[in-house]
Amino acid sequence: MDALTSLHSRTVVLPIRDIDTDQIIPARFLTTTTREGLGDALFHDLRYDQDGQVRQEFPLNDPATRDCDILVAGNNFGCGSSREHAPWALLDYGFKAVISTEFADIFSNNALKNGLLPIIVDVDTHNWLLAHPGTELRVNVGDSQVELPDGRIIEYPIDAFARYCITQGIDQLGYIQQQSDAITTFEETRSWKP
Amino acid sequence: MPDASTLFEKVWAEHVVVPETAATPALLYIDLHLIHEVTTPQAFALLRERGLPVRRPDLTLATMDHSTPTTPVSSFRDLAVVGESAANQIRQMEMNCQDFGIDLLGFDSAHRGIVHVIGPELGASQPGKTIVCGDSHTSTHGAFGALAFGIGTTEVGHVLATQCLLQRKPRSLAVNVSGQLPAEVTAKDLILAIIGEIGVDGGTGHVIEYRGKAIRALDMEARMTICNMSIEAGARAGLIGPDDTTIDYLAGRPRVPQGDAWDTAVRRWRSLCSDEDAEFDKSVSIDAAKLQPMITFGTNPGMVLGVNDPVPDVGDASFRKALDYMKVTPGKPMSENPVDVVFVGSCTNGRLSDLQQAAGILRGRKVAQGVRMLVVPGSQQVKMRAEELGLHRIFTEAGAEWRESGCSMCLGMNGDTVASGQLSVSTSNRNFEGRQGIGARTVLASPATAAASAVMGRIADPRTFN
Repeated sequence: MDALTSLHSRTVVLPIRDIDTDQIIPARFLTTTTREGLGDALFHDLRYDQDGQVRQEFPLNDPATRDCDILVAGNNFGCGSSREHAPWALLDYGFKAVISTEFADIFSNNALKNGLLPIIVDVDTHNWLLAHPGTELRVNVGDSQVELPDGRIIEYPIDAFARYCITQGIDQLGYIQQQSDAITTFEETRSWKP
Repeated sequence: MPDASTLFEKVWAEHVVVPETAATPALLYIDLHLIHEVTTPQAFALLRERGLPVRRPDLTLATMDHSTPTTPVSSFRDLAVVGESAANQIRQMEMNCQDFGIDLLGFDSAHRGIVHVIGPELGASQPGKTIVCGDSHTSTHGAFGALAFGIGTTEVGHVLATQCLLQRKPRSLAVNVSGQLPAEVTAKDLILAIIGEIGVDGGTGHVIEYRGKAIRALDMEARMTICNMSIEAGARAGLIGPDDTTIDYLAGRPRVPQGDAWDTAVRRWRSLCSDEDAEFDKSVSIDAAKLQPMITFGTNPGMVLGVNDPVPDVGDASFRKALDYMKVTPGKPMSENPVDVVFVGSCTNGRLSDLQQAAGILRGRKVAQGVRMLVVPGSQQVKMRAEELGLHRIFTEAGAEWRESGCSMCLGMNGDTVASGQLSVSTSNRNFEGRQGIGARTVLASPATAAASAVMGRIADPRTFN
């Protein structure tokens, strides 16, 4: 994955809570065996009606939002299934960060492993961002900080290891492989075998 | 670790290969890795790219369930797979398992089925194990006192290559269920009530332990239904301490330890429980005696009410959006809504006892005119057992369709879908917008409520069928 150290982008806002992974990418798109090209399926049934016509009212269909790297969404974003196709689709579409008050655990894990940044903010900041689509934000990933247009700096929580991996653009498999001796010792010395 | 610990903490501690620090997560050993065709191709591709073998094929169990057809045929080889991409996914699964030396319970296996049905059925899901799968309903296996949770495809790759995962330790949440479930009120009603109580994000960052008299009274299949839907409350996992019920269920199953090893395992399993003075980070209490059959009315499993209760009239914009999608009216009971489709099946309610519940209502009755009812056993073993008991005849004589096993209409990626605008009463786990098909409106319910609704042609209370 690519290293992500900073972001400077306007926001696009989906003011809906509990956006589940079936809405992010419906199950019928999961028969793929690669991780590429899923941007077309992102929010498919919210972007298009059943006849395939563009739903003009859906925020992502406003051409002015097409270059936004940051999605602001309601509380509990990414709930539901474990499909990593959800962050793959968001990234392939062009998003690099999602801001909410809370993320579902598996979605958050999957996002971080692919270089998509889940940014958790407090309710007041969230409400302000929801009410102000198109806000220009700067994100300093190494310091876990978001800068609002008025210069206010908000620090967001993120696992230190995940932040290290995302800013360096490294995946975690290599790190686990370095623990190979410890894994072998564990397998040989545990009190019972599965 | 403090002197008194919870069951979750005990299982966690036993699997730490490298302890967590402020800078790095714990490295956790995985005892059982369940895999299926949808969330593994990209993980196997990574292994091929890096020239890595699967570290422990012997701890990996594979099946095909999500994109597989459920149409009845005499030979599995003849199954028509819906769509070229699904067929390709299935071929890749067969090839990957063959190339990496993994045991695949494929089309020819009498043990094929939904991954969360066959793990327990084979006795592979055992107390004290760490169990993962690229599927959020892996929490099901927590019913055995295992720490079982869903992972993404990148993590599937980690486990295939190293048998380990990097994890921060979640917090603990006790759900205490006192009292006794009334007659005709099932485990599905209980878990829907629990999710309604704590909310769809109430368990985020936590492992739930279900405790109390009402939980102890449940059989293993009911416990699986409970743990299965832990993820719908946002929880990382859900588990129940093992007891005689657990051990009786496992005895004699093909993948449990045999001979002396069985006795040793049982002694170890019996020691797996939360200490009496163990502290949980959070706790919630529910009185089972006050429950009634539950149904959902909105577009997440936390939007739930008693089967005869009126749809609430409070909520924000997201709440109103859900009611609009569902075309339900605040203040009116859900029973006013005519039903188009009834689905009995899934990793939540596709086991033998679930089919028996539904058959109990359908025996000697007919599915209402205009209602399509699909009964999909959770595994080929469940199907075989149900047919031995003659349940399939009850279903087909009532006018329902009797299918091969699979995930089917729970997520509709194999062609078993609900048409746009249709109302489906489903024993599955998610009523998300479009989950069962574009524009499909899903009402989650127990197998008894689903069957009663099929007969009445509208959402119905199974207690009126006595």
